Amino acid sequence: MVGWAIALHGGAGDIPIDLPDERRIPRETALRHCLDLGVSALKSGRHPLDVTELVVRELENHPDFNAGKGSVLTTQGTVEMEASIMDGKTKRCGAVSGLTTVVNPVSVARLVMEKTPHIYLGFDGAEAFARAHGVETVESSHFLDYTAPTPKLPEVSGDSQIGTVGCVAVDSAGNLASATSTGGYVNKMVGRIGDTPVIGAGTYANHLCAVSATGKGEYIIRATVAREVAALMEYKGLSLTEAAAYAVEQSGPTGCCGLVAVSVNGEVAMPYNTTGMFRACATEDGYTEKLVRALGVFAGGVFLMRSYGDLMAV
Amino acid sequence: MGRWAIAVHGGAGIDPNLPVERQEQAKQLLTRCLNLGIAALRSNVSAIDVVELVVRELETDPLFNSGRGSALTENGTVEMEASIMDGTKRRCGAVSGITTVKNPISLARLVMDKSPHSYLAFSGAEDFARKQGVETVDNDYFVTEDNVGMLKLAKEANSILFDYRVPLIGCAGAAVNDSPLQMNGLPISIYAPETVGCVVVDKEGRCAAGTSTGGLMNKMMGRIGDSPLIGAGTYASELCGVSCTGEGEAIIRSTLARDVSAVMEYKGVGLQEAVDYVIKHRLDEGFAGLIAVSNKGEVVCGFNSNGMFRGCATEDGFMEVAMWE
Repeated sequence: MVGWAIALHGGAGDIPIDLPDERRIPRETALRHCLDLGVSALKSGRHPLDVTELVVRELENHPDFNAGKGSVLTTQGTVEMEASIMDGKTKRCGAVSGLTTVVNPVSVARLVMEKTPHIYLGFDGAEAFARAHGVETVESSHFLDYTAPTPKLPEVSGDSQIGTVGCVAVDSAGNLASATSTGGYVNKMVGRIGDTPVIGAGTYANHLCAVSATGKGEYIIRATVAREVAALMEYKGLSLTEAAAYAVEQSGPTGCCGLVAVSVNGEVAMPYNTTGMFRACATEDGYTEKLVRALGVFAGGVFLMRSYGDLMAV
Repeated sequence: MGRWAIAVHGGAGIDPNLPVERQEQAKQLLTRCLNLGIAALRSNVSAIDVVELVVRELETDPLFNSGRGSALTENGTVEMEASIMDGTKRRCGAVSGITTVKNPISLARLVMDKSPHSYLAFSGAEDFARKQGVETVDNDYFVTEDNVGMLKLAKEANSILFDYRVPLIGCAGAAVNDSPLQMNGLPISIYAPETVGCVVVDKEGRCAAGTSTGGLMNKMMGRIGDSPLIGAGTYASELCGVSCTGEGEAIIRSTLARDVSAVMEYKGVGLQEAVDYVIKHRLDEGFAGLIAVSNKGEVVCGFNSNGMFRGCATEDGFMEVAMWE
């Protein structure tokens, strides 16, 4: 009988090695907090769909990540959020794009999955649907108030992929789920859809694994990164670790993506080819001693770290 | 130097009671589009260009559910979506929520070639279209009388069904139902998916795929289906090009188009085996079909639905237009 496992991320990207404490610590604290919430939920027997949704809601509410509150802005200075969620056993899924007033996009994605015969709703239609279901909405300015100052990355590449959030979880019965949420790409064109709401790209779950990806959306879409992990396991018999590493490696040039994944056997993988990825994971079995050497908080099977250069990865 | 091959489709899931003249019109349209593609391939036009020009033809003709002749939303308007993918380098472009652009597939191509993104939707996509100077028309242009009638029937059918999954057989609403076949919760006489698509491999062995649709009849505003989703409705790699059609939700959750290529890549099987495999094993209770070409010049169609409008041709001179098994 395998145990549960959970992994979550707060975005992969060119996180500068010298990221100042005041920008790093709040995120790490938030990740730890969300991890604890997810772990408690799994321990009390909540289904991974509920677990991933509640963890992503928490990440959406935190202003330092690029999802919900804290979403980055389009060229018009507006917010357009997207999210998706998927259940491994049934492969039911839900996705939304172009939300502008909904506090928790991931919950609307779940409603689309559960309350409509469809999978994906966008823009005005999605907003109308959200209202019809009484989800919490606020003035768009709510999201803008908390937008983090423009990151110090070179505007040449114009990308700030830091901060898409996601969570994957498996329980001891082998139920798997994945959820991802984002405000998208800084200065994106109005109406631009990234990988996050595209099932198979940013989110995927089947009977073998659950995956949530983050990074440069355009690469993740064309490489169907989340689906790739599952396909490699299914068709080539790779392990979760091998499949996840390969999927990231093949997704595009260095610096384009990262992902978190769990397998039906309670394993976790969190590979990335960017400078760093804010992430956290925990498993019911705990981890072996080798991880004590990794930087970050370690406490009985739960650990948190940022990994740059030679620091250890799971 | 490889051999070229091309396939086109006009939707999976055909009403067995479809009037004969409609069947004939469909076959003629598919034949015409195939011939267009064949002529272009013979003049060395690249796969991606052939895909675009053939899908444009399918969109412009009001017969199938794309461009003019698109299915209508619950509000009686048209919202179109499309995607296109170039197997070499796996570049892609997609659009959703298109209401005034005459040829959505061309807009998807522009997203791929002229924007820093892969997927644009709704007002953002429409703004981009204007900036690119593509041909735009009023939304009415896309609405046909046939479909206005279909929308009415669809609404009537839905008002009888409380749960779209409950079959109509045995219900009071059976009057609406000439045949017991259903797709996406509606009797097939109303559902008529008819998404269009084209896949091509050219003489250089380059594969490309494109799909275009008006979506589901009576769909909720803002509903996005499989056609614009790379990996679901459309996919192309160095090995193959795939375009799918049928129950959008089933195609999305099975990442149908991507899986054909993945099975070839990771199990090392050929196109026919890959297509057979995904149709048999990936669709669960869903109904769908697909057309696919390989970089070796092969062309395969597969479907588990009741028929699929399709046509295919290869450089050897093989050509076939068909609807049923």
